[in-house]
Amino acid sequence: MKYQTQKVAYAYFLVAMGLFGIQVLGGLLAGWVYISPNTLSEVLPFNIIRMIHTNALIVWLLLGFFGAAYFLIPEESEREIWSVKLAYLQLIILVVGTLGAVGSYLVGIHGGREFLEQPLWVKFGILVAAVIFLLNISVTVLAGRKTAITGVLLTGLWLLSLLWIFAFINPDNLSLDKMYWWFVVHLWVEGTWELVMAAILAFLMLKLTGVDREVVEKWLYVIVATALFSGILGTGHHFYWIGLPEYWQWTGSIFSAFEVVPFFAMMSFAFIMVWKGRRTHPNKAALLWALGSAVVAFFGAGVWGFLHTFHGVNFYTHGTQITAAHGHLAFYGAYVAMNLAIITYAMPLLRGRAPYNQVLNMVSFWLMTGGMAFMTFVLTFAGTIQTHMQRIVGDYYMDVQDQLGLFYVMRFGAGIAVVLGAILFIYSQVVVRREVITPNTMPEPVGEAS
Amino acid sequence: MSEILTKSRARNIFYGGSLFFVVVFVAMTIHSHRYVVNVSTAGMPLSPEVILGKHVWERHSCINCHTLHGEGAYFAPELGNVMTRWGVMDDPETAFETLDGWMAAQPSGIEGRRQMPLFKITPEEMRALAEFLRWADQTDTQGWPPTDAG
Repeated sequence: MKYQTQKVAYAYFLVAMGLFGIQVLGGLLAGWVYISPNTLSEVLPFNIIRMIHTNALIVWLLLGFFGAAYFLIPEESEREIWSVKLAYLQLIILVVGTLGAVGSYLVGIHGGREFLEQPLWVKFGILVAAVIFLLNISVTVLAGRKTAITGVLLTGLWLLSLLWIFAFINPDNLSLDKMYWWFVVHLWVEGTWELVMAAILAFLMLKLTGVDREVVEKWLYVIVATALFSGILGTGHHFYWIGLPEYWQWTGSIFSAFEVVPFFAMMSFAFIMVWKGRRTHPNKAALLWALGSAVVAFFGAGVWGFLHTFHGVNFYTHGTQITAAHGHLAFYGAYVAMNLAIITYAMPLLRGRAPYNQVLNMVSFWLMTGGMAFMTFVLTFAGTIQTHMQRIVGDYYMDVQDQLGLFYVMRFGAGIAVVLGAILFIYSQVVVRREVITPNTMPEPVGEAS
Repeated sequence: MSEILTKSRARNIFYGGSLFFVVVFVAMTIHSHRYVVNVSTAGMPLSPEVILGKHVWERHSCINCHTLHGEGAYFAPELGNVMTRWGVMDDPETAFETLDGWMAAQPSGIEGRRQMPLFKITPEEMRALAEFLRWADQTDTQGWPPTDAG
């Protein structure tokens, strides 16, 4: 840790990991309700469990992004964070808001727009926290060295905060409500968040591989350009069937088909940098997470998104388990894994230790990634059957669901692997103090490559 | 690539191109906004009752089990066309009675069936909810869903 104020990130990452635990436990419970529907049905109905599952995810990913920004901006800008007090104040506001939201949900107080169920005072709290963050970060960046990484990161964080305004706009007309709702949801995860993800990936590649900054940053601009060129008009793939004009079918199909490009570019970028790189960084686990994130994001967000993005396909698959399969792997690959990558990289530095916990951390990567992949496969099969029975044959929803029980059991099994992986990850970051398996101290063979 | 595409060119392409797509997107959404108001949802007035129904829908977070026009959770049936499925689309009174009867029968308590909670909803709010679902059903959704099963 070169700058003292980077320490702020430590608190953000700890809270983020705590919420990550709540998120996956909520998911596991929701998965259990699919198998045993009477579980807690009167005390904690499915809609509340799901709300906690999705909201905890969104908040912890944002906390991870904020923590990542506080960690990498001092190194990039070559100066301390402008105000440490404001950074902690921002975190306190977000923690109080999160606890307040979860408490409200448990007693049945919540909004009714998916993912934006937070009570109004919590929404304002998030807005205030975002303003504090942007002020703090922008002042730091403007006073210091300006790099492409900080430029793209700031652009992403400014735009995503501005889009939060649409969380307050809820038209009485349902179709308008849906259209503006996507301004937050789509333009976050298929737009501005990709900028944040690409900036973090570029930072990690710079540190882990030692490739020239010029090369890394040029790649970064190309990646984020393809992300926004495809992603902005790609919003149209959500506008097919909600009461909007027909032209979105062509606009959405064509542009969203290209949304696979930035994810392919990020995957290629990560592997090419590692091949070109001369540095052997000791933090192998961070490299595994960075490469893993780029690969799983390509499959989850890119390929699984492409699978049902054309309007001719989406007409049949819209709102089935296919959507659920895509949503799970996309979020995991792109945003969960990238957050865990920067946490894995930063934690040993923040705690002033050598990267000591790599084996357990790597095991957690394979547990979680394997679990998420299996979950995605079984939900895709379930969704294929559902699409055929419900959308082509015309069987009733619950009759179809009754045929999918086996897939939901397998999904629950996959969920257990993910939860175990998550717990192992948190344990390896927070508790373990020394290397579990002693690394080989033999010098690496020289000369083979030359 | 390195000679033609310098870092500063890549940066300018990113910022300039993104701005261009933002402008196009904003223009298209302005048109879409007008289209929704004047064409696709104009078949039934957006009455105070429909608006109240939307608030009832939101207060109970129906979207976190059901889908509406295919968006939401995937735990319970699609409701964007539920009035068509029940065959009560053109009969507000029967629509209300059917909905009211269904809601009063929850939770079924049947072992192994997905459970819908019992919601505290006044008769006035229940009428509004029925009207909201009829209003959603009359929206021109480009022919979606493919079958009445939703």
